[in-house]
Amino acid sequence: MEAVIEVPEINTHGGGKDLSLEGIDFISGGDQYLTFCLCQEHYGVDILSVTEIRGWEEPTLIPNSPEYVKGVINLRGVIVPILDLRIRFHIGEADYKPTTVVIVLAVKSEQASASCTMGFVVDAVSDVLNAESDDIKVAPSFGGLIEPNYIQGLVNVGADVVTLLNVDQLVQLDEEGVTNE
Amino acid sequence: MSIDLQQFHQVFFEESYEGLDAMEQALLAVSDQEEADPELINTIFRSAHSIKGGSATLGFPEIASFTHVLETLLDEVREGKRELTPEGVELFLQSCDAMRGMIACLENNTPIDTNESKPLLDAFEAMLANAPGADQGGAPEEGIAKAEDAVAQTFFGSDGGGEPPEDGPKQWKIIFKPEPQILLTGNEPIRIFRELEGLGELSVTAKTDEIPEFQQLTLDECFISWEILLTTESDKEEIESAFDWVLDECELSIEEVSSASASVSENAEQAPASAPVPTSAESENTAESAPAPETKPAPAPEAAAKPAPAKKPAAKASGGESAQSGATSIRVGIDKVDNLINLVGELVITQSMLSELGNNFDLEKLERLSHGLEQLKQNTRELQENVMRIRMLPISFAFNRFPRMIRDLSNKTGKKVELVLMGEHTELDKTVMEQIGDPLVHLVRNAVDHGLEMPDDRVAAGKDETGKIVLAAEHKGGNIVIEISDDGRGMDAEKILGKAREKGIVSAEQELSDQEIYELIFEPGFSTAAEVSDLSGRGVGMDVVRRNIKSLGGRIEIESEMGKGSCIRVHLPLTLAILDGQLVRVGNEVFIVPLVAIVESLQIKPDLVNRVSGNMELYRLREDNVPIIPIYREFNINADNTDLDNALLVVVEGEGSKIGLLVDDLLAQQQVVIKSLESNYRRVDGISGATILGDGSVALILDIPGLISSASQNRRRPQGVRAA
Amino acid sequence: MARILIVDDSASMRNMVAATLQSAGHQIKDAADGQQAFTIAKSDKFDAVVTDLNMPVMNGIDLTRNLRTLPSYKYTPILLLTTESSAEKKSTGKSAGATGWLVKPFNPEKLLATIKKVLG
Repeated sequence: MEAVIEVPEINTHGGGKDLSLEGIDFISGGDQYLTFCLCQEHYGVDILSVTEIRGWEEPTLIPNSPEYVKGVINLRGVIVPILDLRIRFHIGEADYKPTTVVIVLAVKSEQASASCTMGFVVDAVSDVLNAESDDIKVAPSFGGLIEPNYIQGLVNVGADVVTLLNVDQLVQLDEEGVTNE
Repeated sequence: MSIDLQQFHQVFFEESYEGLDAMEQALLAVSDQEEADPELINTIFRSAHSIKGGSATLGFPEIASFTHVLETLLDEVREGKRELTPEGVELFLQSCDAMRGMIACLENNTPIDTNESKPLLDAFEAMLANAPGADQGGAPEEGIAKAEDAVAQTFFGSDGGGEPPEDGPKQWKIIFKPEPQILLTGNEPIRIFRELEGLGELSVTAKTDEIPEFQQLTLDECFISWEILLTTESDKEEIESAFDWVLDECELSIEEVSSASASVSENAEQAPASAPVPTSAESENTAESAPAPETKPAPAPEAAAKPAPAKKPAAKASGGESAQSGATSIRVGIDKVDNLINLVGELVITQSMLSELGNNFDLEKLERLSHGLEQLKQNTRELQENVMRIRMLPISFAFNRFPRMIRDLSNKTGKKVELVLMGEHTELDKTVMEQIGDPLVHLVRNAVDHGLEMPDDRVAAGKDETGKIVLAAEHKGGNIVIEISDDGRGMDAEKILGKAREKGIVSAEQELSDQEIYELIFEPGFSTAAEVSDLSGRGVGMDVVRRNIKSLGGRIEIESEMGKGSCIRVHLPLTLAILDGQLVRVGNEVFIVPLVAIVESLQIKPDLVNRVSGNMELYRLREDNVPIIPIYREFNINADNTDLDNALLVVVEGEGSKIGLLVDDLLAQQQVVIKSLESNYRRVDGISGATILGDGSVALILDIPGLISSASQNRRRPQGVRAA
Repeated sequence: MARILIVDDSASMRNMVAATLQSAGHQIKDAADGQQAFTIAKSDKFDAVVTDLNMPVMNGIDLTRNLRTLPSYKYTPILLLTTESSAEKKSTGKSAGATGWLVKPFNPEKLLATIKKVLG
């Protein structure tokens, strides 16, 4: 039933120090970001928010929800909504292949008691990125498909650019995002 | 020091509410007694005392100063210096309410409203000024001053910030001569010296001439005295504070040695015999106002009160309407926890037995396997029941407010009322308990207000002048039944029917049984006008009571007899966490319909379907015309079958109206555990929650009242507006 | 660090004192009244006891008096947590055998400094 792909579970409690993702180099210092692909583009989220990475499984549909909300799944007894970032950001095709994965993020809300857990469908997980705050550039304000408040900044990695997403904003289900569809 | 005080707030609120409840009950008990039971007075005192301590430490000055005055008064009562008058009890009772109000403000992060507490505070201060004994002359001002003092010195906002600058180090000569028994209180002179060492440069000379002969020497006693020279920038008070705890048990002199004679004169023997021993008044003073030994700047209170700054802007609370989103907690009896541990133990045994079977399985072991699975089922059920029991609290939590309420009602109406509580230990789910509180209050108020007669009328009717209200709770099957009965005038069926006809709730020709007539009082619009009284007519009618009870999955019944009284019975499910459901399928999706809402399931007979006003379809179910709601259309999903002929219709009822849900298939009936969709997502129209089925998949639970009300709205809307 | 027994009928006060002392590395046990504390103390050993005065069942003064009758608590520092700063209350505490007192409200630094002082 649990279709977890072969990536060891990421322990978010150890402050990221005891991560042991195979084939990923660790450089200490700076914040770490889990990077993933949407179509050909690279994105990253704060690795401390990532609780696990799962394979895609068909969720239970939620009636009358926005198109990017694929439904809900049972994550060890907790009902967790699954959102497709490709649809939400209008990037590429939302097809579901064996490599399609779901990144589960948990974000503490202001009330320390509650944290919000959601799964995000992406094309593939690629790497863990170390970025000093100096490396993070402000995103240019023109012409992207993603609203600027979702973007924390840009990081250059070799020839590529990784867009760091603002996790707190991602889990917001504002009415605006819902009615936009 | 980075201790986040907010983590203690919730515990403090909860225990304060509990303390106030205990205080209120003790006050009510005391008011019934000729001579107050000292233990009750102690309970009252302790409640005020604990709230004061907690609020002062957590930095809630309004509550701290209020409880301080209360405590001062109660202390006098406790020590027999002051009498607890009925007026006093009344004031204390009111202050319980005022404190609840203040704590609720804190809990909701709203500014404290002192409108309620201020007059009480004034009244208490007036009482204090009216000193009980002649020797208490200046007590009140002192009390208030102390309260303010206590308030100023909260957990973080310690004093020591504004120390006047000292002009260079001075040398002090300290003569410390402890009494022999000083060691018996755990006070080691060496600790005092260490503390002094922290203040400056120290040299200590021990004087051993009073040590007795070896034979008389005991281990427990101290015969040594000391002469201490201390060079420090601290003032005399700070030095003295090191001796704070032993002032009563020593001779102590602290004198400044002029800087000129700083060269130590070695004439210790000539220590002034008349060394000034601090008077007790002075010592009290020091204890009171001595600054903290260290004078590190205290962190600003505002900064400390907030949680550590988040690394990133924290997520805004979505939804926004949940006023009380703070985590609540339950106190659980240790026996319940032990029980769970035992059950988990059994579960582990079963599990290991089964996994051993699985490791090495052949068909001969089939019987053992089925036995093991049976055991697993048993374990699981017991575990489930016991876990549910954790959420169960005795209904006395809801009943406890009634003695106070009856007392107030009786004062207001002039009716004499005796309240009898029964079955207070009956347990009920915490959430159900929280939601049943207000309806119960309304029903009890109603019983006093409309049910009971005035004493004279009662006597004229040959009854005892004191009316009786009985509140009883008991378990019946999977339900709890709460009964509110009175021995008052009973309900007049004729009058109710007349009024209902007048208001057009029933038509003139309709014939109703007595039972049906009583039920009319729950109809919207029935109990509003005519007899609005201060007590019952607060804009909330009995219809709201019934709606609240129904929304909890319960029902309400009435019995009444003219002249003898009425009885209202509320049936409620024990818990909201589990529901009996009917699984239905629409296309590929499985939904759960709560079994309590289902009237019947049927196969549609085409000739009973009527189309009205465009394409609204009604199904004739005996006398009713039931609107047909196709789930596939409502939820915008693909169904196997969109044709009404011979399709399956699940007729459900809620809030007095029925609808028929069109589904593809009826699946099993089973108990499901209700899970929240909102904790990680948000509310969804037509869905009340989710559950996890046996195969691990998620199924959504239909919100029947929600579907009914949206259906009735659609009916009123012109066609075509709703595109979905 | 040290083992400390905290006695208070108020859970929030108990939690606060415990959290403060734990933050300095001390090991904590707690009890909700004097009777409970006395039972715990008899079968355990603590380097210091911090107790409230007003408690149901057995108050802080009686607890102190009882503890001092146990040989292993003869010299153990016992601190009274009190909101009452009157000399009378203090001297009652002292004559029961208390080492010293902490006047509520107190701040964490003061509490830690006081504990440090009695632990020597």
